Amino acid sequence: MSQPEPAATPSPVLALEEVNKSFGNVRALRGVSLSLYRGEAHAIAGENGAGKSTLIKVLAGVHAPDAGTVRLDGSPVGFSGPADARDAGIAVIYQEPTLFADLSIAENIFMGRQPRRSLGRIDHSAVREATAALMRRLGVELDPDRPARGLSIADQQIVEIAKALSFDARVLIMDEPTAALTGTETARLFSVVDALRAEGAAVLFISHRLGEIFELCQRVTILRDGALVATEALDGLTEDDLVRRMVGRDLEELYPKEDTTPGPSALTVRRLTREGVFHDVSFEVRRGEIVALAGLVGAGRSEVVQAVFGVDRADAGEVEVGGRKLKSNSPTAAMDAGVALVPEDRRQRGLVMEMSIERNIALTGLDRLGKGGVVRRALERGRAADWAVRLQLKYNQLSDTVGVLSGGNQQKVVLAKWLATEPGVLIVDEPTRGIDVGTKAEVHRLLTGLAADGIAVLMVSSDLPEVLGMADRVLVMHEGRLVAEIPRAEATEESVMAAATGRGSKEAA
Amino acid sequence: MNAPTTLTDPTDRADGSGEAGAGRGGGAVRFLRWDTAVGVLLVAVLLAGSGTTEGFADVTNLSAALNDTAEIALIALPMTLLVVAGQVDLSVASMLGLSSALAGSLWDAGWAFEMIVPLCLLLGVLGGLLNGWLVTRVGLPSLAVTIGTLTLYRGLASVVLGNKAVSDFPETYAQWASYTEPVPGTFIPYPIAVFIVLAALAAFVLHSTAAGRSLFAMGAQEEAARFAGIRVNRIKLVLFAVTGFMASFAGIVYTLRYGSARADNGLGLELVVIASVLLGGIDFNGGRGTLGGAVAGVLLIGVLNNLLTLNDISNEIQVIVTGVLLVASVLTPRVIAVASERRQRRAATAT
Repeated sequence: MSQPEPAATPSPVLALEEVNKSFGNVRALRGVSLSLYRGEAHAIAGENGAGKSTLIKVLAGVHAPDAGTVRLDGSPVGFSGPADARDAGIAVIYQEPTLFADLSIAENIFMGRQPRRSLGRIDHSAVREATAALMRRLGVELDPDRPARGLSIADQQIVEIAKALSFDARVLIMDEPTAALTGTETARLFSVVDALRAEGAAVLFISHRLGEIFELCQRVTILRDGALVATEALDGLTEDDLVRRMVGRDLEELYPKEDTTPGPSALTVRRLTREGVFHDVSFEVRRGEIVALAGLVGAGRSEVVQAVFGVDRADAGEVEVGGRKLKSNSPTAAMDAGVALVPEDRRQRGLVMEMSIERNIALTGLDRLGKGGVVRRALERGRAADWAVRLQLKYNQLSDTVGVLSGGNQQKVVLAKWLATEPGVLIVDEPTRGIDVGTKAEVHRLLTGLAADGIAVLMVSSDLPEVLGMADRVLVMHEGRLVAEIPRAEATEESVMAAATGRGSKEAA
Repeated sequence: MNAPTTLTDPTDRADGSGEAGAGRGGGAVRFLRWDTAVGVLLVAVLLAGSGTTEGFADVTNLSAALNDTAEIALIALPMTLLVVAGQVDLSVASMLGLSSALAGSLWDAGWAFEMIVPLCLLLGVLGGLLNGWLVTRVGLPSLAVTIGTLTLYRGLASVVLGNKAVSDFPETYAQWASYTEPVPGTFIPYPIAVFIVLAALAAFVLHSTAAGRSLFAMGAQEEAARFAGIRVNRIKLVLFAVTGFMASFAGIVYTLRYGSARADNGLGLELVVIASVLLGGIDFNGGRGTLGGAVAGVLLIGVLNNLLTLNDISNEIQVIVTGVLLVASVLTPRVIAVASERRQRRAATAT
């Protein structure tokens, strides 16, 4: 787009024009344009799955766009890989830096391109001096000879930035760099970024913390469902404006929610804690109720439900099912108590991809397929056929591997596998991620029907319309803690997002 | 869209779901599964051998040939279950040696043979449990763990017996293990008779029970098995214990068969066992294979070695033949898979 930008700035250093990128039938980016100017810090905002990561990966040369142009200094470029983008002056700093732990800071920065002396020997003093110079430029005191092992995440990021500088990076992309930093570390990182900006570098900043966006950046580009919503100056915007633009979509999809009267408590979680992952999480789910567990990616939602089910260890706290304390750390005990978990990762955890449909469905109830541990094939097939009809599974033969099914049908197999255990408590983690709209509606109808039959449903979901459309209550997690419980009547996209981004009742630590 | 089922479709390769589809797809699909192919190859070698080599089809020779593979065959059974479950145990031959050394040194010290056998078997279980404990509790990969215990158990064997060789084991037991005294009315030596019974049991467990299903699931996708409530660690522990038990039992058979207990008995045998199992179509990555295939693999290597010996072909060449077979067994399914994938892709773009 040839919109004239502020007159003082000439052409953008990096620009995207009408970029499309699809993965299978998921359109991750749809006609997104973006201009990045020298000396600006530019934020990318959007919900989970809005296309932020894909955008970064296109800029960093990890993905090639299906359509559209990437322009560097006005001329179109096609990166053949990350190294290509790096050589062109684009550096990406990820949330978790990847340094060689046993090498020094200086060696990490000049890995593979150390200054040489005669006979190809590495000029260690030159490496050290160059590193010290970079650190001075960043205004940071880090000993070039210190090994990377034992550096804090914040210091590791500084090393990554220094490395980017040594490549003469003109564009610095920072993907959630502050997620693991303390307040002072964040402040230091921001002063480094300001220093780079003053030298003329352009910074692209991705963060779920809206406050930081306002603190660091001048402009923001908002994405939603892979499409561009707006690029605006942050001056004059409020955080609420930003949230509204991030989530403001029409709730046109139909959620077949029935009003149910919740019965007695089916699942009670008390003070569940896993060090460094989630803390002091307590909640209950009653029979006939659908409770959503909302929050941003990385808030610890999947980890909580996996600890409830016992596949992950919990360090403290307890889980009660139907009034009886559940043995921790044992999925078998959880299953015996009537708990089922449909995990988020279908391909790794939900299904054995190379096994057949019928065998996958049978996997959760092997001991019920015959006497004395013998598996009776007829029973196995009968059970699979029965569930295939009930869930309207589309398949060719039950002996086909699940790998040949579409994502939505694979998800139905996972659901069948768990519903076959006749659970009293059904936990579903991102039950409709990556499946088509039609199947999505079927899954929603199924969940509603199960709740109406008296099953307690706990649903982890990053899909806000799904959360609002399906849930009787919404629990919101932020950075490993349960920060809000919102009844259906009060749950709105704004209230959930506010809690999820840590702007709830009290300021998060 | 459904690609036509080609005869060599990689998913048809002995993943245990093949036999569930009996009556579907006709005989051709089943016929070309890898384990069946190894069985056919075995029959072909048997026929060719009896046609070309004098004395091969002789009943005494067949008894001897079978009995020569007794230890490999016995250990191959639990090894098959382990590899299907995505694990491996390289310490089996060392455990065989340790069991043999312990038997020798106790016999030398004047113990009753009836006391020695259970003690050796107990030792095998303990050794297997150590492997299993290191894999499940400490969380190390089984390949690394059992490379370590391979050395450890062989070292212990030397400590127990030193350089000595103990012989003069009781005649009745020695005869039991010998091919010259087969099960009455047959040409099958007793160790092989034990193997046949255990093979039937292992095949039943692997292909018809809940435990067997769990092994396939673990080997194919351990995370998914864990998320399905399968007690992955417990199963692994039991498998390693059973493997240790069988290795020590094979140690006793070996000692009796050769009438000699030595610390270096069965040196390097673990590789022959694994080679046989892989040749039989058990996927080293776990999750695929049939017990019948593994048994065919064991027998094929045994029969080939016997044939080569009868034809005065040197031991070195025999080793090379085994090596070539192993490489071929690993390579062929991969080549077939790539080829059929290409064909399917062509078919897909054509429609």
